[in-house]
Amino acid sequence: MPRRIAIGIRGIGHRVIDSTWRLGYASRFFLLILLKSGTSLRRFGLVIRELYFTGVLSLIIIIVSGLFVGMVLGLQGYETLQRFGAESAVGTMVALSLVRELGPVVAALLFASRAGSAITAEIGLMKATEQLAAMEMMAVDPIARVVAPRFWAGVISMPFLAAMFSVVGVFGGYLVAVVLIGVDDGSFWSQMQNAVDFRYDIVNGIIKTCVFGVAVTAVAVFEGYDASPTAEGVSGATTRTVVTSSLVILGLDFVLTSFMFRGMS
Amino acid sequence: MASEILVEVKDLNFSYGERPLLRGINMTMHRGKVIAIMGGSGSGKTTLLRLIGGAIVPTSGHVKVAGKIVHKLKRDELFQLRRKMSMLFQFGALFTDLSVFDNVAFQIREHTDLPESMIRDLVLMKLQAVGLRGAHDLMPAQLSGGMARRVALARSIALDPLLIMYDEPFTGLDPISLTVIGNLIRRLTDALGMTSIVVTHDVQESLKIVDYVYFISDGVIAAHGTPDEVRESVAPFVHQFVHGEEDGPVTFHYPAKAYASDLKLETGLA
Repeated sequence: MPRRIAIGIRGIGHRVIDSTWRLGYASRFFLLILLKSGTSLRRFGLVIRELYFTGVLSLIIIIVSGLFVGMVLGLQGYETLQRFGAESAVGTMVALSLVRELGPVVAALLFASRAGSAITAEIGLMKATEQLAAMEMMAVDPIARVVAPRFWAGVISMPFLAAMFSVVGVFGGYLVAVVLIGVDDGSFWSQMQNAVDFRYDIVNGIIKTCVFGVAVTAVAVFEGYDASPTAEGVSGATTRTVVTSSLVILGLDFVLTSFMFRGMS
Repeated sequence: MASEILVEVKDLNFSYGERPLLRGINMTMHRGKVIAIMGGSGSGKTTLLRLIGGAIVPTSGHVKVAGKIVHKLKRDELFQLRRKMSMLFQFGALFTDLSVFDNVAFQIREHTDLPESMIRDLVLMKLQAVGLRGAHDLMPAQLSGGMARRVALARSIALDPLLIMYDEPFTGLDPISLTVIGNLIRRLTDALGMTSIVVTHDVQESLKIVDYVYFISDGVIAAHGTPDEVRESVAPFVHQFVHGEEDGPVTFHYPAKAYASDLKLETGLA
């Protein structure tokens, strides 16, 4: 029995040490990306190329999802608010929900599954097919040439995608509440205009998207670079990217929200 | 007159953890020569290439390339040295998101400020040397295995290196592609005056093109010599390897306890 307990404790110790080691390794990798970002800044064309793959190609899923989320918010908002005779506030509800929470969070979750997984799979496969090793042998640093441009492209595109999500979502809410249900057009927009504060709501939303952009892309490039160079290794890394970054987004969202919105207005 | 020594491996030892992989390796490689390193799978051939390229650090001993001890160089110095060496990976390792042209131009664009018109001429010349000038706008996915290997070869000579290392260049090729790659290695080495190190277990093809052969077995150099010496060698390992015999110093059976005892025959219980 004591032997079993010892084995159990040893197992826990191993896990803790492994996790700590991996966290340290990931942090060091993140620092290396920042240190080696000079190439991305000097040759911005490399980042623009990645912006197309991570940003532009994610637009369609962001726009379609944003539209439906906005439409659902319009329906649900109207359904609840009309009980209190406050259906004209549906615009406020849709806009605040989107710019404060749903825009940053849902866009980041979609971004993690669409672009994050693609970044991990691409870097992982480059490693598995020895492309990264070939680059090293050509005296070209893969972190500077492959990882950093993808990282910055993700960080730059995330706020724009989230903004697009919110804008389309507000339009979706308008379609349902005003065009479909018949809420007054003027009060929909004017109440929204009065209630949404630029500094308090929109800037905080933008800060969230920037943080999520860094987190998701850092997880994606790290998992790709750290993947075992096999088919199972790359598929496992891709799954880890989606799972880890989704959890990180939700965790960070709670932390950020608790700092940003504390019932004041 | 003896030619200049480009690569010198001295008393090299390398271990993965506790397990020794290479022991007491000594080699000398001259400029303008094609040298083959042969040995069975897992004998440490590719590890030796990685040690020469500075990707890993030896446990003891050293590798000198162009007079510099590779593992003692700082990262910047190592990258400077790597501009003079190249490596052809087993399956080419072409960048799949770049065209054939951009793959060959990659290193030139990364390391020089040449105008695009000159890069175009250089790339087409390199592709002409491997017979694939007409394929310059194809993507790697559109190439056969042999063609991909030739593009990778063109890419590895893009900056006219002093040394090219080939990791199993003949694996998985049809007989025509095999001869083409073999002849290209010889011709390019002679034309550019560089040194080629070919890690392979394709005995017949490599003996046709190389100047010198090292055999590695169990982490040590089991034999070395010119192709003629190797063909006539009576050393048991070399003889078995060159003639592809099933049994010899490298046994057919994985070590196990006695067959009869495994089948429980000697106890009379079976």
